[in-house]
Amino acid sequence: MTEDEVVGELVDGMTVGIGGWGSRRKPMSLVRAIVRSPVRDLTVVAYGGPDVGLLCAAGKVKKVVFAFVALDGPAAPSLSPSAIPASALLEPHFRSARQSGAIEVSELDEGMFLLGLQAAAWRVPFLPTRVGLGSDVPRINPDLQTVRSPYEDGEELLAVPALTLDVALVHMNRADVGGNGQYLGIDPYFDDLFCMAAERRFLSCERIVPTEDFAKGGPPQSLRINRLMTDGVVESRGGAHFTSCLPDYDRDDAFQQEYTASAKGPDEWQAFKGKYLDVGHDDYRKVVGL
Amino acid sequence: MSDVSRAEVCAVACAEAFRGDGEILANPIGTIPLIGGRLAKERFEPGLVMTDGEALLVANPVPVGVDDPEKVIEGWNPYRAMFDVVWSGRRHVMMGATQIDRYGNQNIDFIGPWDRPKVQLLGFRGGPGNTINHATSYFVPNHTTRSFVERVDVVTGIGYDRAAELGPEVARFHRIPCVVSNLGVFDFASSDHRMRLRSVHPGVTIDEVVAATGFELVVPDEVPESRLPTEEELLLIRDVLDPGNLRDADVPS
Repeated sequence: MTEDEVVGELVDGMTVGIGGWGSRRKPMSLVRAIVRSPVRDLTVVAYGGPDVGLLCAAGKVKKVVFAFVALDGPAAPSLSPSAIPASALLEPHFRSARQSGAIEVSELDEGMFLLGLQAAAWRVPFLPTRVGLGSDVPRINPDLQTVRSPYEDGEELLAVPALTLDVALVHMNRADVGGNGQYLGIDPYFDDLFCMAAERRFLSCERIVPTEDFAKGGPPQSLRINRLMTDGVVESRGGAHFTSCLPDYDRDDAFQQEYTASAKGPDEWQAFKGKYLDVGHDDYRKVVGL
Repeated sequence: MSDVSRAEVCAVACAEAFRGDGEILANPIGTIPLIGGRLAKERFEPGLVMTDGEALLVANPVPVGVDDPEKVIEGWNPYRAMFDVVWSGRRHVMMGATQIDRYGNQNIDFIGPWDRPKVQLLGFRGGPGNTINHATSYFVPNHTTRSFVERVDVVTGIGYDRAAELGPEVARFHRIPCVVSNLGVFDFASSDHRMRLRSVHPGVTIDEVVAATGFELVVPDEVPESRLPTEEELLLIRDVLDPGNLRDADVPS
């Protein structure tokens, strides 16, 4: 498939889950294809990074379901007002969208987010946890209910509802045409869970390889995504740029700074959009020099 | 050792936060907490398990701010496995806090009203899960009345008042061993778990700490000075753990 064919399957108002984590292995060429498309009013579910920021800036987002939306990067004191871990930078476009009231949000703890995806993947309505009790998650997320243990302990726990997705988008290092996917980096993130929580699942990858070549790339446990979990594959070299896709490439910090600067004002955004977002992935690769 | 920097005092104070922890995952976040955690492991708490900041558990003292440092890999701990550690309780995290209040409630999510924040920060991240499951300490490098506040705008990590509301059974794993700032070290060892001044960093007066705090601190009659690094610790910090002196950017002297 192509990126545009994947996005052609999206409908206004859908709930879209995006794999990766922060500025790591995000399916950015698919995200940019959404930006180019007429699709809108999406609910975006992600361990958020510039995927969420771009979609917010492009006006595609009705609601974000998140535990964080942040960029990874070298310390940038000006972006870290007080005690924010130096490795986590604030997401400039997401901030603008929140601070202007342009989007709705549903906030969870990182672990609750995992349980929500897992519940959807296992087709149960919720999973219980102690996480969130006493915090303001239930206060600002009033739909969250508690559940009492039916066993002797009788403990009251939070019931994290299933985060069922219409569509999941993930990026892998390698895949075959059948939809098996291989990650060669150090962390699988939650991409398999995103796929299993979704109705329609699309996988972009750095390279489509013959199935028998998977064994040359990594051990069997690197085949985290199998074809039970996917409905379509896109070959997209540099598809995660400017997020990291190790060992193929690391995060592009210089580009990330350019991205961050594009949030300064409408002129900066329009210039960034014209140069990088209004073009297809092949032209994007040429402009960026991938 | 008059040339010891404030950042180095903070690193030692962060190291002390992990003293006595034994074989748990010590998970300090941020430059100075990382230096502190690795210092603790090297000098007096060898059982600590530590990450490389990503998905590896590393046995050797990895320096901050060095590209491709040598790593002695002793385990694999991707994000998903981290939740197993968090929920098992075998972890002590040291997080940041944009705001913290007298009971140790933490905010790293937003400033202002929820529906339209004045400043959007990170989100809840793992604050709720950390604080209900295991020891959570904090490092706040800019101690002012804007960071040490009467009331946090949103509770991402729960403090002792919230834990008390949940009751002793539900909150049985909640614990905030300490808060380290650029001015001093704080704990909650007061009768009603209000924040107490445990020590002031050398060169800081109690009055300065009180004036920089937006709520009433518990100040004991005797407040010691935070301890200085030993010669060995200082060498370890300067030569091994932070050779590029990133620590001074966190807490200027």
